[in-house]
Amino acid sequence: MYVAVKGGETAIAHSIDLLADRRRGDRTVPEVTLQQIDQQLSLAVDRVMTEGSCYDRELAALAIKQARGDLVEAIFLLRAYRTTLPRFGDTLPIDTSRMVAERRISSTFKDVPGGQVLGPTFDYTHRLLDFALMANGETAAAPTAPVDASRDLPRVGDILEREGMLEPPPAGDGAPAQDITRQPLTLPAARPVRLQNLTRGDEGFLLALAYSTQRGYGNNHPFVGEIRFGAVPVSFVPEELGFDIEIAEIELTECDMVNQFAGSHDIPPQFTRGYGLAFGHAERKAMSMALVDRALRAQELSERANSPAQDEEFVLAHSDSVEASGFVQHLKLPHYVDFQSELVVVRALRAEVEARVQQAAE
Amino acid sequence: MPDGAYNYAYLDEQTKRMIRRAILKAVAVPGYQVPFGGREMPLPYGWGTGGIQVTAAIIGQDDTLKVIDQGADDTTNAVSIRRFFARVADVDTTTRTEEATIIQTRHRVPETPLQEGQILVFQVPIPEPLRMLEPRETETRTLHALSEYGVMQVSLYESIARHGRIAKTYNYPVLVNGRYMMSPSPIPKFDNPKLDRNPALQLYGAGREKRIYAVPPYTPVKSLDFDDHPFEIETWEQCCALCGSKASFLDEMIVDDEGQRLFVCSDTDYCEERRK
Repeated sequence: MYVAVKGGETAIAHSIDLLADRRRGDRTVPEVTLQQIDQQLSLAVDRVMTEGSCYDRELAALAIKQARGDLVEAIFLLRAYRTTLPRFGDTLPIDTSRMVAERRISSTFKDVPGGQVLGPTFDYTHRLLDFALMANGETAAAPTAPVDASRDLPRVGDILEREGMLEPPPAGDGAPAQDITRQPLTLPAARPVRLQNLTRGDEGFLLALAYSTQRGYGNNHPFVGEIRFGAVPVSFVPEELGFDIEIAEIELTECDMVNQFAGSHDIPPQFTRGYGLAFGHAERKAMSMALVDRALRAQELSERANSPAQDEEFVLAHSDSVEASGFVQHLKLPHYVDFQSELVVVRALRAEVEARVQQAAE
Repeated sequence: MPDGAYNYAYLDEQTKRMIRRAILKAVAVPGYQVPFGGREMPLPYGWGTGGIQVTAAIIGQDDTLKVIDQGADDTTNAVSIRRFFARVADVDTTTRTEEATIIQTRHRVPETPLQEGQILVFQVPIPEPLRMLEPRETETRTLHALSEYGVMQVSLYESIARHGRIAKTYNYPVLVNGRYMMSPSPIPKFDNPKLDRNPALQLYGAGREKRIYAVPPYTPVKSLDFDDHPFEIETWEQCCALCGSKASFLDEMIVDDEGQRLFVCSDTDYCEERRK
């Protein structure tokens, strides 16, 4: 005889304990520290900060540790913490031309003011497993050139823009940008809202969409005007002071994508831009974002818009990994009431068909 | 306050105020989906974040909370949400429908009739009743503005043409107060009649989609149908194997390898009370 299952609460508590146990793994292996994650898995930390919309390396490292390295779960943890934090106000807009760039390349010009700076990147490596790392050998310090932090590093896009070859960045309306973590997304969305959504959006989703534009689903003929990675100062004007003070320095990756544009009835042919920005070092993310940003400008530029990456509602509504992961996985929750309703109706429909078949046979 | 790191009921007071404003608007315009600045909750989207935010915005220390999923108090997610509020809101919890001032639910309306003063909080995955017929939000908002609901009537008609009956079994669309078409959340259509002129306040929260809507007490809620195909609810030949009820929604269980089946009440509190 079936008896309604009680004790769910105890089972859940045990499940949570078991998860903590498995996270720790073999106790004879030293526990990983937050500093180790921050220093040696720094690109994971960067991704969690970017999609978690919270620049805090230590909290991101904690989230990664707690999530057992599952970055989407870590992003979720960081976001759920971020949402409880009080807001003191908005910082001044950052100026990436003040970036002390550790890496800066342009694929549109052989040389640019400030030069091509390769910096640390996987781009020029051969993807051969380095078995020396298995032996825990120390890595010698790399030689670095002295950095001139006193001079601004002009953006390639700005240089093209002065010549009229590249459109200026689409003008804002001067109003403070809507914060999509505090206000619901309404459509059609303003570009600041779109860019926020894309920065928080899942890297894999944006990568696939960006890739689809290159394969003909809304091609926008892109060139990397510039990618730069480095530290940028952040300034804030406290109400009681009335002037700005520098409160932090954050690392950013910025991508200015330059795209062909045939021109329209009113606008001469010129290049247009798509923009990508991410915390830390995240070139794949910044480039994908820039391509999708440009794709989403199709309507504004009177282009045909019939590909997924150009469909604002499709892209913005499905980009968020925390939303997507939650809703996909909610299918694990019990659905037996709905399923029972379906059973009742499917049985009735089957009975009708069987009766009809039998009647025809007689 | 049991957990000093967070505000009472988790959300900060500004956020609660914002949600309460959305709730008031929703009550003022029954069935209309009010966009609200849904926050990220420490539970996953799709697992009741909308309901949790609504509950967090209205709960106080005098409240008694009941949480059900599929009608049962002891399903994993109901347990998880109840523990969440016991932790962050220091609130009494109960499994008794009569004792609760707030009942948060997923997929069911309790069998025990609700009273004035009680609040039923629904967790809603997809608030837009027309979403599966028209995926674009910009379009569906226009359809609501114009009360242009023909597309749903056509879909129900197609079901009759194909199956000889309306084969939609849960999340069955309703018309609230003769104006807005509303998704009752994925409750079985068995529960739809309970929404009509219910003395309790019904609040619906969709966290991922960031919408709140409401049915105030005693508001007419009509399940869509046709004159020649009136709305019908599920019926069972069996009665509950535990309490013998013939009036409740029954869950079916497979009890052995031969596929023997047993039917029991989905509403565990109702079933237990009847067995006392």
